[in-house]
Amino acid sequence: MLNYIIRRLMIMIPTLAVISVLVFVIIQLPPGDIITSQLILLQQQGIDVSREAIEAMRVRYHLDDPLYIQYLRWIGGFLVGDLGYSVQHGQSVNNLIWERLGYTLLLTSTATLFTWLIAFPIGVISALRQYTLFDYVSTVLALLGLATPSFLLALILMYLGYAWFGIPIGGLFSPEYAAAEWSLGKVGDLLKHLWIPAVVLGTAGMAGLMRVMRANLLDELGKPYVQTALAKGLHPTRLVIKYPMRIAVNPFISTVGWLLPHLVSGSAITSIVLSLPTTGPLLLESLRNQDMYLAGSFLMMLSALTVVGTLLSDILLAIVDPRIRYE
Amino acid sequence: MSEAPATTPDMTGGGGDDLAFASQWRLMWIRFRRHRLAMVGGVVLLGLYTGALFCELIAPLSPTQRHREYVTCPPQEIRFVDAAGDFHLRPFVYGVRLRANAGEWQREYEVDTSITYPIELFARGPGYRLWGLIESDLHLFGAGPDAPLFLFGTDELGRDLFSRILYGSRISLTIGLVGVALTFLIGILLGGLAGYFGGWVDTVVQRGIEIIMAVPQLPLWMALSAALPADWPPLRVYFGITIILSFMGWTGLARVVRGKFLSMRDEDFVVAARLAGTGELRIIFSHLLPAFLSHVITSATLAVPGMILGETALSFLGIGLQDPVISWGVLLQKAQNFQAVSMAPWLLLPGLFVVLAVLAFNVVGDGMRDAADPYGS
Repeated sequence: MLNYIIRRLMIMIPTLAVISVLVFVIIQLPPGDIITSQLILLQQQGIDVSREAIEAMRVRYHLDDPLYIQYLRWIGGFLVGDLGYSVQHGQSVNNLIWERLGYTLLLTSTATLFTWLIAFPIGVISALRQYTLFDYVSTVLALLGLATPSFLLALILMYLGYAWFGIPIGGLFSPEYAAAEWSLGKVGDLLKHLWIPAVVLGTAGMAGLMRVMRANLLDELGKPYVQTALAKGLHPTRLVIKYPMRIAVNPFISTVGWLLPHLVSGSAITSIVLSLPTTGPLLLESLRNQDMYLAGSFLMMLSALTVVGTLLSDILLAIVDPRIRYE
Repeated sequence: MSEAPATTPDMTGGGGDDLAFASQWRLMWIRFRRHRLAMVGGVVLLGLYTGALFCELIAPLSPTQRHREYVTCPPQEIRFVDAAGDFHLRPFVYGVRLRANAGEWQREYEVDTSITYPIELFARGPGYRLWGLIESDLHLFGAGPDAPLFLFGTDELGRDLFSRILYGSRISLTIGLVGVALTFLIGILLGGLAGYFGGWVDTVVQRGIEIIMAVPQLPLWMALSAALPADWPPLRVYFGITIILSFMGWTGLARVVRGKFLSMRDEDFVVAARLAGTGELRIIFSHLLPAFLSHVITSATLAVPGMILGETALSFLGIGLQDPVISWGVLLQKAQNFQAVSMAPWLLLPGLFVVLAVLAFNVVGDGMRDAADPYGS
């Protein structure tokens, strides 16, 4: 096992290196750079910038250096924890992202918890009660959840919230708390706003997990060992919890590692619709403006999370399921 | 799946003797037909694609014509019973006028029961070219040039949403197919190579898949579509987007194909073919591929909805297709904030079609998977 982990960690290094090049290329791919997009912004506001000033900016941010030097400068800083400087926001990237990352994590973990709390029991019940009304209803709901784009769900919830309760829903805080210091009231306010994005973000994943849980459990329930256990007089509830469920739960574990990066970037559209202070909108904006350091560091972090997450779920899987052996 | 439904397997459609000689595809079709939900999904898809194919004919109005006197007009009802309670065999719509006391910001319409516009089948309407070839002004139904025949309301420029959704389906529904066809090609080629040859080819392809899967999807889409030159004509942007979508989408299919190749390349029939002196390519295309084509087609069907949702999401964010082009994602752009949605909730209707199409594809894909599985109950 230890050998396996070490080998996986070794493979991770070249993988991440290739990803970093890919990320760099992706950001450099569109024509222009951060200065040209900033210039367009300034010109739209009617501000003229002199040629000399532009040149000075380009030199200051090393935009005319050869690409490989720019790449090395970025990745070198990244390795020692210096995420660089966002030209657009005039701040260091470190300053910009940690708070947003915190909210994102909060939101993601709430959504995940919500997903599991609902998907797990429903999947189990509809497998145990196959072809009943409950099964049909939950199947249809799951398919609907899979088919609805998250932003559409967000819009619909927002509309219903507005139509039924007359309150515009969006953001994570009410206006009076947005700038306030942390207090009990602010936490309560946060909780009041948290549920809509959590529901929206959780729905798609919930539908998928529900289906997988149901299918896996159904496969297991048909196996001879279940009959043997029943014949020997094991209580059905105990039996299901003790054996088939432990195997059926595998997909939950093998996707837990992907959940985090997926939710972080997958939430981008939802966050824009609901105007949430998470990482998604900032990432999109920085990509649009080719704010190299901000966008690049974000993308690298997400990719690294995915790679590490996959490894974590593989390890977890091996712990939970004794049949899995890694050579 | 031991708890098979109590009914005995009823192979309707083919007599007992036929069944023994039925081809693989026929067997699949027989099994598929028994999957009721999948059949419903299939009918829905057929309807949607028919609508997309003949959208010029079916849409009562032009998708670009601005009805200035009916801006953000709510959906109008097709009526059989008039205000006096009398039944009419020929359906009609009432006139619509701006409410007199409405404020400057809020447009409110009210039904004007003094004017009726009877709806005619095969009515003359705005001219069009069917598939860019056949010139005509015939529409499946219509109510004359002045009638507010807005089944789904109008947008903020007074364009008929129903007609726009029909026209949009042409792009939104085909983008998935074209994309999946491309995905198919890349996936089968790379997955096949990896699975059949193994060794370093396999390692390279596997790492490639891992890397593409590790890069967050949305940013990759964004960056790639931002890389499309801004002066491209809409059609080329459309193809650019398809290529982007399939560039992201091939990994799943490649893994399926690879797995299948891996498990089958040492099967007896393959070894037999090899011993008989069959060439590698012939083995791949006439022995291996048919053996799991049904499975691959099923995966492809399940991949189409992802592409449809991808187009919708990209266009919704304003980095996919843009306004002169009509697609469901472009239409949903109008419903981006909740002010718009609360003023004109019917702008969300294109979303309903997205959900419908994706749902139908998923259900059909599920049915196909069950039908293609020879071990299923």
